[in-house]
Amino acid sequence: MITGNLKTSYGADEQVLDNRWKRLFLFSAVLGLGGIAGFGNDYIILIACQMGIMVIAVTGVNVVIGYTGLMSLGHAGFVAIGAYATVIFHNAAGGIIPDGVLTLVAIPFAVAVAALAGIVVGLPSLRVKGLYLAVATLSANFIILFLIEESFSAPWTGGMNGINTPTPNLLGWALDTRREQFILIAALAVLALLGAQNLFRTRVGRAFIAIRDRDYSAEILGISLYRTKLTSFAISAAYCGLAGALFAYFYARILPEQFELQLSLMLVAAIIVGGMGRMMGPVFGVIIIVMVPEAIKVSFGALAGGGAELAMIRAPLQEIAFGALIVGFLLFEPFGITQIMDRALRALNRWPFARG
Amino acid sequence: MLAVQDLYLSFGGIKALQGVSFAAQPGQITAIIGPNGAGKTSLFNAISGFYRPDNGKVIFDGQDITALRPDKRAELGIARTFQNIALFRGMSVLDNIKLGAHTRLKAGVFDALRYFGRAQAEELELRADIEQRVIEFLEIDHIRKAPVSALPYGLQKRVELGRALAMRPRLLMLDEPVAGMNREETEDMARFILDVQEEFGTTILLVEHDMHLVMDICTHVVVLNFGAQIASGPPETVRMDAAVIEAYLGAAA
Ligand SMILES: Nc1ncnc2c1ncn2[C@@H]1O[C@H](COP(=O)(O)OP(=O)(O)OP(=O)(O)O)[C@@H](O)[C@H]1O
Ligand SMILES: [Mg+2]
Repeated sequence: MITGNLKTSYGADEQVLDNRWKRLFLFSAVLGLGGIAGFGNDYIILIACQMGIMVIAVTGVNVVIGYTGLMSLGHAGFVAIGAYATVIFHNAAGGIIPDGVLTLVAIPFAVAVAALAGIVVGLPSLRVKGLYLAVATLSANFIILFLIEESFSAPWTGGMNGINTPTPNLLGWALDTRREQFILIAALAVLALLGAQNLFRTRVGRAFIAIRDRDYSAEILGISLYRTKLTSFAISAAYCGLAGALFAYFYARILPEQFELQLSLMLVAAIIVGGMGRMMGPVFGVIIIVMVPEAIKVSFGALAGGGAELAMIRAPLQEIAFGALIVGFLLFEPFGITQIMDRALRALNRWPFARG
Repeated sequence: MLAVQDLYLSFGGIKALQGVSFAAQPGQITAIIGPNGAGKTSLFNAISGFYRPDNGKVIFDGQDITALRPDKRAELGIARTFQNIALFRGMSVLDNIKLGAHTRLKAGVFDALRYFGRAQAEELELRADIEQRVIEFLEIDHIRKAPVSALPYGLQKRVELGRALAMRPRLLMLDEPVAGMNREETEDMARFILDVQEEFGTTILLVEHDMHLVMDICTHVVVLNFGAQIASGPPETVRMDAAVIEAYLGAAA
């Protein structure tokens, strides 16, 4: 029980940031992002950019897996589509659309293409669930990469060798440093999270959860399983498409191998660790998934001072830690870090009146 | 309103429905009764669209809806509750009830992502409407924020009725609404059902084993036995019907 419910209108009761700790959290998060943009060193900026892009993609994965209850191991495919669509758009429309506007059109274009791909890849979800759907989406991941690598698309995608990517430019402001790109990434990541949060305050998101919880009950209330599942896939893929666009802008070159099954697994792992079907799940999940291997790397560097034997066992150790993390969460905290945070927040909210 | 014509349905060798025909009169409560396994729930499933009958038609408001998917039938104004409560267990009472209003709401994906503006206006209007027409009406204000899985059985049944009412249905189908309830809960539920009929003029279809309830509140009774319709008429005549007495005594013995 939350102490002191003093709400006086339904509007106040429908608010999301319904206690001071949540407001404080949001406030410090925004402050933190500003701090990184202003004072972070190159290393911090690099990690923060990677995290921001991941958060957007994992938010997408969360929509379909966490909220709609549909398994997917193919979301790296949508990230690939977003990334390649951005580059192809820049190359095709480069002379036609002015540079300052190109990015503003390319990103929505990439998002839209990814959403369409999401609808196609989501089609099997109308017939199959669980493991079968996981395999179907996994195949979609392979097919997307195959199409990107094949010789017929190589003139646009660069095939196996990859392709150089453009610099984003917002109305004449060329974002040619990582610090500048961080501002774009952080802004879009925050917007993406807010969008997702909003989604689940309305009929659209509620329908997703309804299907996850009990599909025949959803149907009896007039929720079309077909339309709703495909909408979920489209939104989810759109998020990954956005992540892909930012990915393309952030790295100098993109390659098909960056979007393989391993990335799909990483996205799913992040949401398992962070908390499925929870708004902050992607944020906490990505922080852990990126930080743990990083921490191992850094501490090894300090320990070994570059010793060759230690460096040899670092990579496998990172993977073992990654695996152990996921298994650990599945076993001990299946609702992820968000659940742990919730418990802490509830305790804080009650303090000093009660504990536990 | 609703008419069922010569419905046949079988599962392999089991004949769940064998030529069921009746019409539910607008604004009235029609009961479907019969011993266990008589085919009452199967009939409901055929009406709401989960089972496709082998033969026969389901007519709603003069329209043949036999081939429509369940969600399309819901859009037309058919709501139901389930024999084994089928709420969204992870959600609060309020969210469950809000879902009932899904087809009446209009917000699209872009409205939803933005929230402020159209979606918010719609949500606040919905909240006010639900508070008054459902939560106050069913006297569940004290539990609106509770997760449904934490509620006692009787209240869950009431919330499920609330979710159906949020649809503002024209036809409300209740599959054993008082099964497993004590005397007091049963009386409450009977009162709510009568209130729904009276206040909203809803046509109601009721499957129930509680004969007192059926005889008290229904104007028409359809009796099934092994999938066959053995009687149909006002409660007083059905109660005296030889085939009905035989079916019930046979089932009891
Ligand atoms: N999906 C199904 N698959 C196979 N058989 C089914 C299915 N649904 C119902 N039946 C069978 O159809 C017959 C009628 O079942 P139904 O559930 O409609 O009875 P009922 O009148 O609702 O009984 P009760 O009073 O116990 O709820 C039973 O023999 C049942 O086993
Ligand atoms: Mg039944």
